[in-house]
Formats: sequence, structure tokens, C-alpha cells
Amino acid sequence: MTSRRFWRRSGATGWALTAPATLAVIGLLIVPIGAVIAGTFMDPRGVFAPYISYFNSGFRTTVLFRTLQISALTTIISLIFGFMTAYVVSRAPGKLKSLLIVAAVFPLLTGVVVRAFAWLIILGRNGILNQTLLALGIVNEPLEMLYTQGAVIVGMVYLFVPLMVLSLVGVLENIPKDVLQASSSLGASPLATFWQVLLPLAVPGLIVGAVLVFTGSFTAYATPQLLGGERQTVLATLLQQRAMVSFDWVGASTIATIMTVITISIVLAMSHIARRINPMAT
Amino acid sequence: MSDRPHPILVAIAALVYLFLMVPLVIVVGAALSDTTYLTFPPQGLSLRWFENIFAISAFRRTIVTSLQIAFLGTLFALLIGIPAAYALNRFRIELPKWLGTLFVLPILVPEIVFGFALLKSLTVGAGVPIFLALLVGHTLLVLPYVVRVISASLASFDFSIEEAAISLGSAPVKTFFTIVLPNVRAGVIAAFILAFITSLNDVSVSLFLTGPGISTLPIQILAHVEQFFDPTVASVSVLLMFLTVAVMAIVERTLGLTFLAK
Repeated sequence: MTSRRFWRRSGATGWALTAPATLAVIGLLIVPIGAVIAGTFMDPRGVFAPYISYFNSGFRTTVLFRTLQISALTTIISLIFGFMTAYVVSRAPGKLKSLLIVAAVFPLLTGVVVRAFAWLIILGRNGILNQTLLALGIVNEPLEMLYTQGAVIVGMVYLFVPLMVLSLVGVLENIPKDVLQASSSLGASPLATFWQVLLPLAVPGLIVGAVLVFTGSFTAYATPQLLGGERQTVLATLLQQRAMVSFDWVGASTIATIMTVITISIVLAMSHIARRINPMAT
Repeated sequence: MSDRPHPILVAIAALVYLFLMVPLVIVVGAALSDTTYLTFPPQGLSLRWFENIFAISAFRRTIVTSLQIAFLGTLFALLIGIPAAYALNRFRIELPKWLGTLFVLPILVPEIVFGFALLKSLTVGAGVPIFLALLVGHTLLVLPYVVRVISASLASFDFSIEEAAISLGSAPVKTFFTIVLPNVRAGVIAAFILAFITSLNDVSVSLFLTGPGISTLPIQILAHVEQFFDPTVASVSVLLMFLTVAVMAIVERTLGLTFLAK
């Protein structure tokens, strides 16, 4: 009887059951990443020496700002198109809606390499787009579309729009229809209902989607590697080069730390903002 | 009905879906082409590039490695993730809130940083074999999905059923396997599939955990694309898509796909 009560009441069982996963995350994720971060502050040249040399390098600061710029543009484009698409999907009749959701899930379950590769076929010098443009006589010689910032952004938007659509469909469906009907029956135009009722209610969801897309594109590797190449080096591809080509461990660790700090700060800041706007959001 | 979306919005949504589907159709077309270079629409239909996948030993090897890692990694994640998800729901009051956050940490941390950290501490630092390091990486990579999906299904489980069984004399461990687990079977299947696909498609964690003779399929695809521009990669891509379709069909039949959208 006492042992049964112990089972039911004590948190000890709970701790024991979570122990393997907790130890795995602490020992094999937090400690190794902590070691990478700590290592950058133990440079014989000085505590912040790796960061000073990082930001003194014109190339490396360019890479950081390019990565931020690509992620910001990807996020904005995905937000706009994702929101409009999610709105249409959430208002679609039952059967069509499930079909549209499946059609958004499918690319999401297809690997990033496959999805970047698809754009390689489309945007290449002898790619489909160039062939089409030449055949139609719109251009006289093939356009250089690969290895540009535009190519990376298109690839990234392609990667993240489905994610945005799916997360926003959920948000939009949770907005009670009565609220929108109340708005229009009280005389608001559809446009006013959209701007003044629907959009504000969707803001917490938009923030969550934006964080997902921003952090995802900020740390993406395969897409910028295939579509951007060396000309569009971003933090992730620079990290790979530093570690695997130059064997510059300190440099690679510094990039890893910068990526981690920026990613986690954005997640924390945005979830704080989302909670302030809507205390019901989790 | 006043809530029918504006025609312009419908047109934009249609274009977005076209944008999502067309590249995948192009990959399938390119894979079927009889030419030695990548082209669309396919010129002459042929399955020879599919045969070519298996003619290249690096593809054969990495397909096997990827499937092994995805299967074992998912299995280990379920082994440590199911008890954790159960405890988080069952002992919600007793356990601190940060514990739930801890298990989603592998999603918050940039994957590529995690891969690099494993290379530094396990492979280089401790001399752990690459296969084992890959397995560790993938287990932790999919752990958040496992914990979240199974937690979501446990959230709607009525724990008073379990208490009733225990107070009627059933042993707690036996109760878990005969009462709790069968009730969240759908969640376990969904978690397995989501984790398996995530692991199979992963690039960033595996990127640093490759070595002589060992690599995963996505890493091999990347390496191949940078050297050759033939339809082999398109064929591998189609193979992976087929796998995804098969998996989606299973999910659809067992749970309904809207489950994944949650």
C-alpha cells in the first residue's frame, strides 16, 4: 500500500522516467555545444580574440549580414504568401481543404536536398527557365540565375512556405467564425474585417511562423550550398568550410557560437513578445 | 456566406500551390529522361538512371547506412522519449516546467552547430566511431518530435483509467503496457514516422559526421551533385519521394493526414 502511494504521489517516479532522455540531452547536446562555446573564450590571444578577428574580417562580417538579409527576406516573403494561402485553405470546403493540407505536407516531408536540387534544374545555365526564356525570345543569351542571392531566397521560400501555411491554417481555424460574422454584421467591410479583426487575432501565430522560418533559413546549409555556392557563402556554409576544409577549429567554433546566440535570442525575444500580445498563446 | 475569400486571394493561393508542385514534377520528369544530362521535359523515357543508383557503390552503401541510422535512431528516441512524454503528462504537477523545454532544445539549437559539436567532442575528442556518433546525433535530432507527438496524444488520455487499473491491483508497469500504451498507439506510430523521415532527410547533423567509407544518403547526394550533373540524383530524389508517399499513405490510413498539420 505504501509503495503504491509512493508511485502515485511522488515525483521520484517522474524523475526516474525522464532521466534517460534528460541525461542524453544534457550529456550529448548541452555539454558538447557548451564546450564549443566555452572553447572560443579560452583563446591564448585574449578572451574575445576570436570574435575581434571575426568582426575585423570584412568577408566574414559580409557573410553574417548576408545571412541575416537572406533570412529576413525569406521570412517576409513566406509570411505574406503563407498567410494569404493559409487564409484560402482555412476557408476551403472540407474535402478540398484536406487535399490542400496534404499538398503542403508532401513537400515538407521531401528532403531539403531534393528540394534544393529541383531548383538547380530550373535555374541552371541550361536549365528549364533559361531554355523557356530563350525559346520565347525574351532573352538572347542564358541568364546567370544560379549562385545569386535571388536563387538562394527562392530556394529558401520554397523550403519554408509549406511550414508557414500549415502553422497558419491551424491559427486561422482557431479564430471563431462568430467573431468575423459579428464584425461584418455590424457593418464592417470585408477589408476592414480582415485588417481590424482577423489580422490582429492572427498576430501571435504569425510571430511563431516567422520565428520558425527565420531561424530555419538562418541556419540552413543544403540550399545555400547548392543554389548559392561560394559566391553566396552564408554562416552555415562558412562553418562547414572552416571546420572541414581549413581545419580552423577556433574559427568554426566562433561561427557556431554566433549562430547559436542569435538563434536562441530571437526565439526567446519573439516568444516573449508573442506572450505579451496574447497571454493565451503558449 | 460572407467569408468566401476574394478571387485575387484564391488566385494567389493557386499560384503558391503551383510553385510548390512544379519543381517536384520537374524532378520526376528529369529522372525519367533518357539523356545523360538533366533536362525537362524528359527526352525519351528510360529507367536507366534508377539502375544507375544501384550501380554506384557509394549510393548503395549510403542508402543502407541512412536506413540503419534512421531506424535505430528513431527506436532509441522512442525508448527514451516515451517514458519521458508519459512522465511529463502523468507527473505534470510534480515535475518542473523546464523539463518539457529541455526535450525540445534539439530543435531550438541550430542543427549544424549540434553536428559540429558532436564532431568536436565525440569523434575527434573521444574517438567515438563515426557510425555511433551519427546514431547519437540522429537520436537527439528526432527526440523532440517523439516527445511532442506522444505528449499530444497523452494529453487527451484520461489517466483515471490507469489509476482505476492500479487500484484494482494491476502492477504499474503492466498497466502502462496494457492500458496506457494501447491508447496512444496512434501517437507512437505518428512519432515513429515523423522521426524516421526527419532522420532520413537530415543534412546538417550528418554533415560533419562522415568519414572514409561512411556517409548518409543526403550527404552523398550533395557530393554527387557537385561533381556530376546527370539524372542519377533526380532518380534518387524520386526514390525518396516514393518512400515519402508510401509513408504518407500509411499515416493517412492509420490516423488521417490532418494529424501531421497539428
